[in-house]
Amino acid sequence: MTLPNTAPEVAGLAPELAGAKKGQGESPIASASERFTSYDVEAFEVPGGREENWRFTPLRRLHGLHDGSATFEGTATIDVAAPEGVTVETVGRDDARIGEGGVPADRVAAAAWSTFREATLVTLDGTPAPVTVTVTGPGAGATAAGHLQLRTTPHTEATVVVEYRGSGVLADNLEVVLGDGSRLTLVVTGEWADDAVHVGAQHMSIGRDAVLRATSVALGGDLVRISPTVKYRGPGGDAELAGLGFADAGQHLEQRLLVDHAVPHCTSNVVYKNALQSTKGLTAHTVWIGDVLIRAAAENTRTFELNRNLVLTEHARADSVPNLEIETGEIAGAGHASATGRFDDEQLFYLQSRGIPEDVARRLVVRGFFGEILSRITLPELRERLEAAIEAELAVIGV
Amino acid sequence: MSTLEIKDLHVSVATDDGAKEILKGVDLTIRAGETHAIMGPNGSGKSTLAYAIAGHPKYEVTSGEVTLDGEDVLAMTVDERARAGLFLAMQYPVEVPGVSTSNFLRAAATAVRGEAPKLRTWVKEVKGAMNDLDIDPDFAERNVNEGFSGGEKKRHEVLQLALLKPKIAVLDETDSGLDVDALRVVSEGVNRFRAGGDTGVLLITHYTRILQHITPDVVHVFAGGRIVESGGPELADELEKTGYVRFAGSAADSAVAEAAV
Ligand SMILES: Nc1ncnc2c1ncn2[C@@H]1O[C@H](COP(=O)(O)OP(=O)(O)O)[C@@H](O)[C@H]1O
Ligand SMILES: [Mg+2]
Repeated sequence: MTLPNTAPEVAGLAPELAGAKKGQGESPIASASERFTSYDVEAFEVPGGREENWRFTPLRRLHGLHDGSATFEGTATIDVAAPEGVTVETVGRDDARIGEGGVPADRVAAAAWSTFREATLVTLDGTPAPVTVTVTGPGAGATAAGHLQLRTTPHTEATVVVEYRGSGVLADNLEVVLGDGSRLTLVVTGEWADDAVHVGAQHMSIGRDAVLRATSVALGGDLVRISPTVKYRGPGGDAELAGLGFADAGQHLEQRLLVDHAVPHCTSNVVYKNALQSTKGLTAHTVWIGDVLIRAAAENTRTFELNRNLVLTEHARADSVPNLEIETGEIAGAGHASATGRFDDEQLFYLQSRGIPEDVARRLVVRGFFGEILSRITLPELRERLEAAIEAELAVIGV
Repeated sequence: MSTLEIKDLHVSVATDDGAKEILKGVDLTIRAGETHAIMGPNGSGKSTLAYAIAGHPKYEVTSGEVTLDGEDVLAMTVDERARAGLFLAMQYPVEVPGVSTSNFLRAAATAVRGEAPKLRTWVKEVKGAMNDLDIDPDFAERNVNEGFSGGEKKRHEVLQLALLKPKIAVLDETDSGLDVDALRVVSEGVNRFRAGGDTGVLLITHYTRILQHITPDVVHVFAGGRIVESGGPELADELEKTGYVRFAGSAADSAVAEAAV
């Protein structure tokens, strides 16, 4: 292996290279602070599957997104209903604002970045009504690269829902750039068709005193791998990332988060919950990686991250890797927790022994488990739709 | 007037070495208004009897009958049994992460009563029942049994007894692991339940201690998977003095004799 030292954007040693070099894809990697980033797909080695950031992902189900064989001939359509105070533009990659959110940190994100022809840029100003952005996959059998940027002007207060749906294979980058003192409530849903594959990188850049309240909901798809990265541009930034995933038989849902504290007096809070259920012996798989990095300059950081997984049936696997790296002694608070629990026969028996029928018992458990995440979604219609979608998932196991 | 009738009940569990018979012919009739105590050494099969009545899937009834007012309990699912009026306060209540106690209690009451209790009266009812049992109101928002101490779990079982008002309640070692004060609170809860209506109680216990608070009408001695002797409350006094040794001889399983000391 050689380091890609020709790319101008190289920001450090790629952990995936470090892992592969030693031939120990299974062992912990170099620090998240040394994560390699580049806009150029060729700057990344083709992953083989043993690298730290690919070791959980079934590469053969990526339809060539990772190895250069994907042709990206399809198009994912992006629709925005824009109320007053919201500007929607279609721009080229030469637009100066593109890239303000962040830089790809894996080969698929870089492939999407190297490929997309036009980006949709949504600027929110003032206190606009809630905006819904719909991203529709390219259709069964087709592959597409996408690029979407959401940006708030200073002191804006806005709510945006990004809904991913449809079929096909999508690699994309979602940039979220918050102006100073602005506040964005963001809900990202993945209600994909069964065949869909989505590998998405989210680049959140939080301005001074800006607030991000993000909730992500992963329901459909064959393989969905989302990698949000949060960075702060000035003190006082506050980011909350909540998420839930419901992995069905044969589904692979992966969430890889990095919160990079390099600025003093910022806050982050991460809470992700996944439920897993299998039918017909097909494995349901979730992966949650939660990296929080507090760099030496990031004094008075406050951060907490939590991952909980609920295994509802046999043949389910929940991987959970929280990782907190602290390079300064001057922090306000830092913690992480991770736990995977099983809804087992004893719990079912206990609930049933109080008269509660099996289907109600299962709903009670899942509703209670996800309640904390869903209650953050303040748009009632959206929340009800997602609740109904989760109940429909439960109905699949025929209780 | 409800009656729970158990006739010649045989129950096995699956083990690595095949099915193992634990209950070897239990006969027992409990009528509303009666309190029966079952006393026996550890391992004699008391919990197995309780679980078999409730329908735990691990316990297989190989022969015999259980009926509630003539209805075949063994043909019912676990939740149907509860809705029919059976209740089991478990020796080891189960933690259910993610489900708050208040949601759980409401779901249970809705199922057993056949309709959702009216919110206003329900909140009062739960508060009152918790207060009766010295349960901190904060418990309502905690997950079912999660992180509860042994004594808190037992109180929570009796709380459900108070709210669900079954026809026949089986209390499996509800007294074990309780300190003196908790034992009094829990016993008072059971006595309130008994006084509250035509209900039968099957009180399973290892110690006579709780019988000083809850007076049984009948005491059964359980050994080797069967009832080996029945009598009045004075039988409990004898057990207090002499232990289970005298009964172990009549048990088929000699291991019981060791467990009886
Ligand atoms: N699931 C099980 N697998 C194997 N043995 C069991 C199982 N449950 C109970 N037993 C055995 O059955 C016997 C009776 O157990 P139990 O009903 O719990 O007794 P008690 O409640 O009187 O202490 C014991 O010997 C116990 O080890
Ligand atoms: Mg027992």
